[in-house]
Amino acid sequence: MKGKLVATAIAIAVGLFILVGTLLPFQILVPVRLELLHWAVIISSAAVLVGIANLLNVHMQKVRRREKNSAYSAILILSMSLTLALGVLFGPNGGWMQMAFEGIIFPVEAALMALLAVTLIYASVRLLRRRTDIMSIVFIATAALTIFASISLPFLGEIPIFGDVIHPWLTSTLAAGGARGLLLGVALGALTTGLRALFAFDRPFGGK
Amino acid sequence: MNQIIALALVLFAALLLLALSLRKRKSPAAFREIAAFARLRRAAGLAVEDGTRLHVSIGRGSLLSPRGAASLSALALLRQVGEQTSTSDRPPVVTSGDPAVAALSQDTLQAAYQAAGVAELFQPNSGKLSGLTPFSYAASAMDVARQEYVSTNVLVGDFGSEVALLTEASEREHATIVAAAADPSAQAVLFASAAEPLVGEELFAAPAYMGADPSHRASLQAQDVMRWLLILGLLVAAALKMAGAL
Repeated sequence: MKGKLVATAIAIAVGLFILVGTLLPFQILVPVRLELLHWAVIISSAAVLVGIANLLNVHMQKVRRREKNSAYSAILILSMSLTLALGVLFGPNGGWMQMAFEGIIFPVEAALMALLAVTLIYASVRLLRRRTDIMSIVFIATAALTIFASISLPFLGEIPIFGDVIHPWLTSTLAAGGARGLLLGVALGALTTGLRALFAFDRPFGGK
Repeated sequence: MNQIIALALVLFAALLLLALSLRKRKSPAAFREIAAFARLRRAAGLAVEDGTRLHVSIGRGSLLSPRGAASLSALALLRQVGEQTSTSDRPPVVTSGDPAVAALSQDTLQAAYQAAGVAELFQPNSGKLSGLTPFSYAASAMDVARQEYVSTNVLVGDFGSEVALLTEASEREHATIVAAAADPSAQAVLFASAAEPLVGEELFAAPAYMGADPSHRASLQAQDVMRWLLILGLLVAAALKMAGAL
């Protein structure tokens, strides 16, 4: 209980200090604020190690209990250990590490990105079956218009009117206005959420 | 000048939040019905009854970035949902893409179990770090959605367009999806891929809708007041601009 109170007091004090240091132009606060942010970065880096240990623990338990698809967990543990060993022995910029990035990680992520493109097309096609309302129709019509306005046809180039009139109007007026509206709402939500944490109404760090 | 405006806005929001939190009301504030939250409440109850699991994926918003607010809101929602489903045969599982948020998700889940009076059932491994890049996070969370008897996927927090992979995996398993993201591109993706997506700041309303904490309700009311003031300010500024006064 005492530990939770101390954690809450430290969090509130540091949060207030950073907020005041950001909003008030007192030069004396700047170095202290930067130092506190450096500490946060160091603690965050330590959290990466804790997170990786947690990941390893979860998958080792899966292998130990011989759960369904535990072979994938075994591959993950093996790959993680091998990558860690290569990084420690040859450094993060070493040839083996570069090979691991360029030969495995980048292609796998690129494949997932390609899969994402297909998934999005499929989701758009199914949208009207899932939700037949005016907003869905507007969504699909806007997406179709934007695609038509962005493509170039063979021999013709940009489609007339779509490329030079509709596309700029869609992106600069409608889309930008809508995005600003969304972002203003999100900013207000972020502000009140931050204040809730600052006043310790929400305490994810202290068990509330 | 910008700093003074920001300071005034923060002070106003802080005072409004405090005033609304401390105000004694005879009855709780009534909010409009949002179908996704009604569905989540129902799904949480059903998960306890039929012994299935809730998968709460809280995104990859670092607390050191502006996107951290989405993670904080997702953690507040996790606290509510965790308390409601902690007595299920299969307790909720949480995935995240940021190590600090993953650690906080474990802490939050533990607090939820304690509040429900079943602290002994808490398993630290229920809160997992899924991956450190957007796609590794999505791939790992998809695996959880597919394999662990998940009946409902709650995707709330900071996501990018990779969230479509998660919604697709959920649909294939016929699981209920409740999804909200702070990023506009992820919101567009969710609009197309989720049955009842939450748009804009509805992400930040989730804790108020799922629980009965007066501070969450006050926070939502404060947002509403500030939104109306903002709309009024925009209209006045537009009128002044048209009149040539600005």
